[in-house]
Amino acid sequence: MNNVFLLIVGMALVTYIPRLLPFTLMKNRTPSKYLGRFLKLIPYTALGALILPGILTATPSMPLAGLVGGAIAFAICLARGGIILPIFAAIATTYAILIF
Amino acid sequence: MEKKSQHESTDIQDYKRGAQAGVPIIVGYLSIGLAFGLLAKTTGITLLESILFSSVVYAGASQFMALTLMAMGSGALGIIITTFLVNFRHFLMSASLSAKLKDGGGRFLPLLAFGITDETFSVASFEKGRLSTGYMLGLNIVSYASWNAGTIIGYILGGTLPASLQASMGVALYAMFIALITPVAKKSHKVAALAILSGLVNTLVAKYTPLPQGWSIIIAILSVSIFGLFVFDETEVESL
Repeated sequence: MNNVFLLIVGMALVTYIPRLLPFTLMKNRTPSKYLGRFLKLIPYTALGALILPGILTATPSMPLAGLVGGAIAFAICLARGGIILPIFAAIATTYAILIF
Repeated sequence: MEKKSQHESTDIQDYKRGAQAGVPIIVGYLSIGLAFGLLAKTTGITLLESILFSSVVYAGASQFMALTLMAMGSGALGIIITTFLVNFRHFLMSASLSAKLKDGGGRFLPLLAFGITDETFSVASFEKGRLSTGYMLGLNIVSYASWNAGTIIGYILGGTLPASLQASMGVALYAMFIALITPVAKKSHKVAALAILSGLVNTLVAKYTPLPQGWSIIIAILSVSIFGLFVFDETEVESL
């Protein structure tokens, strides 16, 4: 099972390097105008891609349950914002749909 | 002397604020960590190996994938290459965050970078203003602790959580992503359009191209962010 330790070390390295490299490359540097704007847009495009299509398969046994849970979170955020309440409402809704 | 103590207290407050910002990640990481620990046990790896996966690799999707590939009898090199491809998206996230750091991370930069995940990146990105090192480390510690605690509990206790509850808790992180972007999308319809477009590109590329897993999200982020440069003028991006 020495093999598993080697696998873990290898996986750790190839995961850590892309996490670290941008920070070291950008250290003490200000990005150019276009790069700066591009980097500022990443959170919005990344969040879109983190939600879709993942949420469609969040509850594989019944995809609709996860989707409705997400929709509830979205509705609460639109109406009153917050983060903890939307999360727990999504969990509760999904759970209710899954068990009934 | 007075100045020094003042400095220290702001530092601790930064940690606290980061840790508080990480609270929404806890439920998701605990429950998915739990599932990982359980799957690790059923795959037949030891508790120590499971803990090392979560504490040293610390990247959910690729850890699950590694277990699946190990069970199928894949070789280590293939798993490592797949891991690299799946986790390369962090490169874009770290790049984006590096421009938002207050002080470049200082000597804690290696530690700060280690904690970048989809979730910590998302929470930090939507924090107002520049990010301090203390904030990032506080956020990282809470997330890291949840993921590892989940793994250990899942391995030791095994499948004690009912399947439907486990599945429901898996929705927590999606709900968090939604909660983070909705207020901004509500204010700026261009942001909403950009996020939806990126989700669509990700969905279509994942479904209709033979690209390896994890690259549809990179294509989506790159192409739609570049597209965004044409949609937003300079002052609009600054005001976001």
